Amino acid sequence: MEHHARHKRLRLKTQIMILIMVLAGPLGNTLLAKGMKGLGTLSIASFADLLRTGGKILGCGTIWLGIACMLSFFVAYSLVLSWADYSYVQPASAMAYAVVAVLGIVVLHESVSPMRWLGIGIVCLGVIVVGRTHPNTTETR
Amino acid sequence: MLRLLGFFLIVVAGTFGEMCISRAMKEAGEVHDFRPSALLQVAAQVARIKWVWIGLALMTLAFFALLGVLSVENVSFVVPVTALSYLAGGVGGMLFLGERLDRSRWAGILLVCLGVAIVILSRK
Repeated sequence: MEHHARHKRLRLKTQIMILIMVLAGPLGNTLLAKGMKGLGTLSIASFADLLRTGGKILGCGTIWLGIACMLSFFVAYSLVLSWADYSYVQPASAMAYAVVAVLGIVVLHESVSPMRWLGIGIVCLGVIVVGRTHPNTTETR
Repeated sequence: MLRLLGFFLIVVAGTFGEMCISRAMKEAGEVHDFRPSALLQVAAQVARIKWVWIGLALMTLAFFALLGVLSVENVSFVVPVTALSYLAGGVGGMLFLGERLDRSRWAGILLVCLGVAIVILSRK
């Protein structure tokens, strides 16, 4: 009974961490891209230009949000690997492809081709199949 | 030959680098306390494990290999190859991390590989 409860807890916290990864990773990339594009053409031809460019980047709130998302991704990724199998976490994190498609439709009003939906569907199916296996097949301390 | 080496480094060094990070995290032990101060302690503990540094070095090598290969090959050819890293992750997880992959997990990994390749090819 206790083993069953522990197993359920492990699965739940693994899925929460993977959810943070697949949301924070693509969101971070999108925010960084949006922030950098919003700054216009940047020059690093001289030291003064480099300082000016650095100042512009550090003064952009969108870029800081992007960095916070990427940091959240990295922390969640490292933490989940402290108890879950790499061969479980790596394919499960491919759900990010579905998140990118949804973000593209909802935020950027992009269209997604039928072939891309097919690929996303196969990825989701693969993640479901992996998700039904035990997250940890090795002993942790 | 150099291109082949580049692809090898992108897939194998990149995946092996991530597996080294995984090994370091396993050596540090399961994290139960998620408060910022406890997480900083975990980070300090992990920084003393050699696998983290080997992992970071390999991931850096894979990144530069990607840049190198992209300078001579089309991105539409290079990026789908990275889907192979899911397969490499399964093999490496078994051989390097001692994970026991059953048929279901292999089936899932192969589906993810196929799906990611289709998603990337659909961007052409």
